[in-house]
Amino acid sequence: MGFWKAVTGRSGPVPARLDALFEVPSAAVILQTETGFTPAGTGSVCYRGAAGAAFAQAQRDIVDLLQAAPSAPEVQVSADSFGFTWLTVAGDPGDSSGLCTDLHAVNTTLEAAGFGSGLLCTLIPFRDASDRRLGLVYLYKQGTFYPFAPTGPQQRDNLLEIHMRDALAQELPMENDLQRWLAVWDAPGL
Amino acid sequence: MTTVMFLLGGLFVALVVALMFAASSSGYGGLVPIIGLAGIGVAFYQWWNSDRTAMKAMRAREVSPEEAPELHGMIDRLCALADMPKPRVGIADLDLPNAFATGRSPDRAVVCVTTGIMGKLTPEELEAVLAHELSHVAHRDVLVMTVASSAGIVAGMLMHGARFGALAGRRDRNSAAFFMITLVVSLVVYAISFFLTRLLSRYRELSADRAGAYLTMKPAALATALQKITGEISAIPQRDLRASQALNAFFIAPAISGATLKTLTSTHPSLEQRLEQLARIQAELGRPAS
Repeated sequence: MGFWKAVTGRSGPVPARLDALFEVPSAAVILQTETGFTPAGTGSVCYRGAAGAAFAQAQRDIVDLLQAAPSAPEVQVSADSFGFTWLTVAGDPGDSSGLCTDLHAVNTTLEAAGFGSGLLCTLIPFRDASDRRLGLVYLYKQGTFYPFAPTGPQQRDNLLEIHMRDALAQELPMENDLQRWLAVWDAPGL
Repeated sequence: MTTVMFLLGGLFVALVVALMFAASSSGYGGLVPIIGLAGIGVAFYQWWNSDRTAMKAMRAREVSPEEAPELHGMIDRLCALADMPKPRVGIADLDLPNAFATGRSPDRAVVCVTTGIMGKLTPEELEAVLAHELSHVAHRDVLVMTVASSAGIVAGMLMHGARFGALAGRRDRNSAAFFMITLVVSLVVYAISFFLTRLLSRYRELSADRAGAYLTMKPAALATALQKITGEISAIPQRDLRASQALNAFFIAPAISGATLKTLTSTHPSLEQRLEQLARIQAELGRPAS
């Protein structure tokens, strides 16, 4: 947002950056080989649903589009306590690039309908042999990733998160500002 | 509540202008620019410390994410959506439903809500109010309003410069008539800048409403929040009931519609105006893509 636009009070919604999502499959390989975390096979997009018919139509289009695809993944729409909508796509755990294509379809459909600015984050859950949970979260507006490792109802494993950040720093643009590492406790699929 | 700060600024401009008058009319004309600069210095200081001053004035305390997880969670998400740095969060222990945002820059901002507003609004409405306040932060409204109210001081200084410049050759430059003319012109300049500052403030409020509504994508939530907040505030009468009733009884609708003195001097646009804008945004968001 430009300084002049801000000072004159004409700031607009920030557009989402979508392309970095395609770097996830290679990062998933790194995670698996270096830390033992494997993809859980699901992925979810978190967005703010706008009021009105246009948005309801766009969301219906997304679900139809995904279920018409040859892989026909399972699609689930749920709402969280902060008023955001989570659209969860469940596919084949071994095929993370297929999953990313599905998630990208969600993003582009929303953007084409004019709701790209409502995209908050995407979460791709991972698990390791000792059943530790890890979510790789992509922030659409910043275009960066961060790890989220919940251990209890309101607890997260910060050491594991920082370890994951360092492990993935070569592969993905990681979020440097720790304040932006949103806690998404009730995210579906984690 | 930002308006309280703006009001104080206006009062302060008047004081400085009066001081400059006193100095020049008592023969210490050389002091005029110094008083003016000191005035701008104090305005700068106010802006620089606006976060601490406002928090103190409202008896607000900063809260950590552990103390107010829902509030922090909402602000975290809004800041991620708007791609702006997260401000500090404060809570004021007041029953009056209100919220404000101050700070010299988006990096040093603080967003504060009262306990009254948290009890009165639903989470969705509270989020809409927070988005409005965050838009104030993003638009740097504290800076803009400080500069705008300093303009009054600058205008006063220029007036004095013009007076001494234009009248330098005249022998009667300190006569009573010239003093009166300068006084009147200065007051008019101050009054105009006062109304312009208010006009600017109303424009900034509408801008923040608009940006906030697009951020949450729920204009209806901000609309109901505004209705709840203003309904609560206007339930407390501002004037003596006996004074206003006598005349109002004769009117079916207010006699003067449009620009009344009240609408010209208020820092916030009328509720109708704000709701109209939100309704337009709602319609735009709901329009199906062709």
